[in-house]
Amino acid sequence: MQRAALLGIKKPFTEVIRANIGDAQAMGQQPITFLRQVMALCTYPNLLDSPSFPEDAKKRARRILQACGGNSLGSYSASQGVNCIREDVAAYISRRDGVPADPDNIYLTTGASDGITTILKILVSGGGKSRTGVMIPIPQYPLYSAVISELDAIQVNYYLDEENCWALNVNELRRAMQEARNHCDPKVLCIINPGNPTGQVQSRKCIEDVIHFAWEEKLFLLADEVYQDNVYSPDCRFHSFKKVLYEMGPEYSSNVELASFHSTSKGYMGECGYRGGYMEVINLHPEIKGQLVKLLSVRLCPPVSGQAAMDIVVNPPAPGEESFEQFRREKESVLGNLATKAKLTEDLFNEVPGIHCNPLQGAMYAFPRIFIPSKAVEAAQAHKMAPDMFYCMKLLEETGICVVPGSGFGQREGTYHFRMTILPPVEKLKTVLRKVKDFHIKFLEQYA
Amino acid sequence: MALRAGDKSQAARNGLKEKVLTLDTMNPCVRRVEYAVRGPIVLRALELEQELRQGVKKPFTEVIRANIGDAQAMGQRPITFLRQVLALCVYPDLLSSPDFPEDAKRRAQRILQACGGHSLGAYSISSGIQLIREDVAHYIESRDGGIPADPNNIFLSTGASSAIVTVLKLLVAGEGRTRTGVLIPIPQYPLYSATLAELDAVQVDYYLDEEHAWALDVAELRRALRQARDHCRPRVLCVINPGNPTGQVQTRECIEAVIRFAFEEGLFLMADEVYQDNVYAEGSHFHSFKKVLTEMGSPYAEQQELASFHSVSKGYMGECGFRGGYVEVVNMDPEVQRQMLKLMSVRLCPPVPGQALMDMVVNPPAPSDPSFAQFQAERQEVLAELAAKAKLTEQVFNEAPGIHCNPVQGAMYSFPRVQLPPGAVHRAQELGVAPDMFFCMRLLEETGICVVPGSGFGQREGTYHFRMTILPPMEKLRVLLEKLRRFHAKFTLEYS
Repeated sequence: MQRAALLGIKKPFTEVIRANIGDAQAMGQQPITFLRQVMALCTYPNLLDSPSFPEDAKKRARRILQACGGNSLGSYSASQGVNCIREDVAAYISRRDGVPADPDNIYLTTGASDGITTILKILVSGGGKSRTGVMIPIPQYPLYSAVISELDAIQVNYYLDEENCWALNVNELRRAMQEARNHCDPKVLCIINPGNPTGQVQSRKCIEDVIHFAWEEKLFLLADEVYQDNVYSPDCRFHSFKKVLYEMGPEYSSNVELASFHSTSKGYMGECGYRGGYMEVINLHPEIKGQLVKLLSVRLCPPVSGQAAMDIVVNPPAPGEESFEQFRREKESVLGNLATKAKLTEDLFNEVPGIHCNPLQGAMYAFPRIFIPSKAVEAAQAHKMAPDMFYCMKLLEETGICVVPGSGFGQREGTYHFRMTILPPVEKLKTVLRKVKDFHIKFLEQYA
Repeated sequence: MALRAGDKSQAARNGLKEKVLTLDTMNPCVRRVEYAVRGPIVLRALELEQELRQGVKKPFTEVIRANIGDAQAMGQRPITFLRQVLALCVYPDLLSSPDFPEDAKRRAQRILQACGGHSLGAYSISSGIQLIREDVAHYIESRDGGIPADPNNIFLSTGASSAIVTVLKLLVAGEGRTRTGVLIPIPQYPLYSATLAELDAVQVDYYLDEEHAWALDVAELRRALRQARDHCRPRVLCVINPGNPTGQVQTRECIEAVIRFAFEEGLFLMADEVYQDNVYAEGSHFHSFKKVLTEMGSPYAEQQELASFHSVSKGYMGECGFRGGYVEVVNMDPEVQRQMLKLMSVRLCPPVPGQALMDMVVNPPAPSDPSFAQFQAERQEVLAELAAKAKLTEQVFNEAPGIHCNPVQGAMYSFPRVQLPPGAVHRAQELGVAPDMFFCMRLLEETGICVVPGSGFGQREGTYHFRMTILPPMEKLRVLLEKLRRFHAKFTLEYS
């Protein structure tokens, strides 16, 4: 469709709006200056002699380069990642949580996706009724279902509670688990917090309940926390699984196996293209850690420039440093902007008859529920499409707005949603929301 | 506090629960995976480096990592132009700096224009930035004498490794006696065996001919295939050219014979060509499988399925850490090609800086460009030095009694055969390690030189080898070769 637009083919819109993917910089968000300065210095160290770069950026770059083979980003790093960067990640986690982190438990990865895939890979075993079951939230980020499918593991769905801001309910976990035990061996529980696509930020109590459940039922916990910097609602706070686990005492903190994931792609950085990420593993058997390194070593190492980007994310300018003020301003501007857009989106969607949007507490998406009249459902069936796919296709054709149907993420039977990012610039976002509203009203009339 | 495997009763006594994830409960395929290039010998090398740092006295002052094909780690300088363009892409403020040449700025602007939000920080489409894939296609066309390449058949990847794994994933199917068999050369680069173990595919070994400079013999392919058909369904033939670890550059005749064989036997060809820029020997030439395939005409040109791989990690660039690569697929079923793209899209996209580097590799400065002279000079210097080191290595090893090294025609490694006295073989067996692992471990402990035993790559029964890179700087390499030679002589004496 974009190509058609380029070729001057007439459409009821002048541009396609890609509100389908969590890619902030593609939608015009500017990279953080300090981060790019350090990266440039690492890429082309001649710049270390240039007066146009601040000293604190140069210091960071030298430190990273010193830790690289041949003092170059072009060497393979250790498969677990550059040592000093893992130390910096551990220090970040310790500061964030007030609980010590061991660099040896940190693995740098090619985006969080790579870490998630690797851990799932190692976990999947058994055959027939003892095949590993992996519990995932519905709605979910479809990396999980895709990897489960590829690994021929068993997907075990647990439904988030739409009536309660997409909260995670342990009773629902229990229901899903019990049912799953009939046909597989559920061993893994995946949580996405803050949620994608749902945008909920789980309460501390909820996280404790989940940890207790995992402890009771002997489940390996995967905590996808890539949106930990994206919390907008003033009533919500990010609680890391690691922190809560430790604060629950040694019975839990010595036993529950946990892998937490972070990424350079989200937050205030939006450095998706660099493919930077890490995972922290807790209570893994030492032999498993050895297996993990072995598996990672076959692919040699994650991109070193992504590792460097992660280093700056976990080790940003501190107060008193030359670059601190500009860094703070840029970060706050991005996050403030996202918070504004989150509220705007939620409010505007909730004004539309037939659309209901839960509070966008965090992450980067709205996942509104849409009412699709039965005539439209029939039309969709005639086209052999899921009703929300039918809706989204029409939306695209008539307005150029590209969103992803809820069926791509999972939803309760008979409900329909779509996921739209909150990333376009404010003015464009307002236009997009208005167009969606107009489209929806027209759609309801058309299929009344 | 570490728990030993099987120590469950103690765990219970300590009030500690049995773990969900143990050696027994983990994915058994992953457990079978081995990757010698970063295996036990390298782990020991790391420990030794740690000990040296702590001031422990050793018979050497540094550990030489001659185990991995990482040129820049061994001091090779990156190509200036590549890093200039990349820096401009990373921090576009530099576009107004007088310290960068105009052609570098033009390249950077061109790449950035093709990126989402004009930034390296945006995801690209899963097959890689369109413009860069077009540049790769042009490169392939030039390289192959004008034979057209379609950008839609080109997929950028996270190093060549990720594309190799993706293609293998698509190919592996069936079960029991219909499980996919994959023919791989012995010796091989252990990404292949590791991936086959992980995918639970059947590894089918074909032996390269050590007596003939590691040539590929179709009769041996035939033998391997016939035997394999008893217990699996062989569907894939992997060739590494120039070879790793062996360093041979296959002749054109050989490549034609392989293509003919693959076609006759219904095999999907995977051509790992990451060392295509690393050809040193007089009389050796790189012939791309794509070119030969096309020039062979019907029916091969339009029916033989082929995937060829390249990377930014080798050649004269040595940009291993950026994880740049691509695969070109030829005659792939369009539905399967769609499936491949779908598979890649789950991981979103390959690292964009790596894609940008690949763009410059396939589209370097032209003779009329300001940066050309320096680029050419740097490139020639790297390649000339590699050629000199290849020659030196071969020469020194062949002067040593009990070591025989085939000509290092290309790539970055020597893979000499070493005679090990029966006493050493016996001792190794006592210790439960492969004899060449025993040799290499002793070499490491006594000289600090880290190489990878041939058992990590595969070799004929009863023969022993090790793989050493030719990457250390010339003077250091000379010293290494001398130390190795002396160590081997001493070792032979000790165990005679």
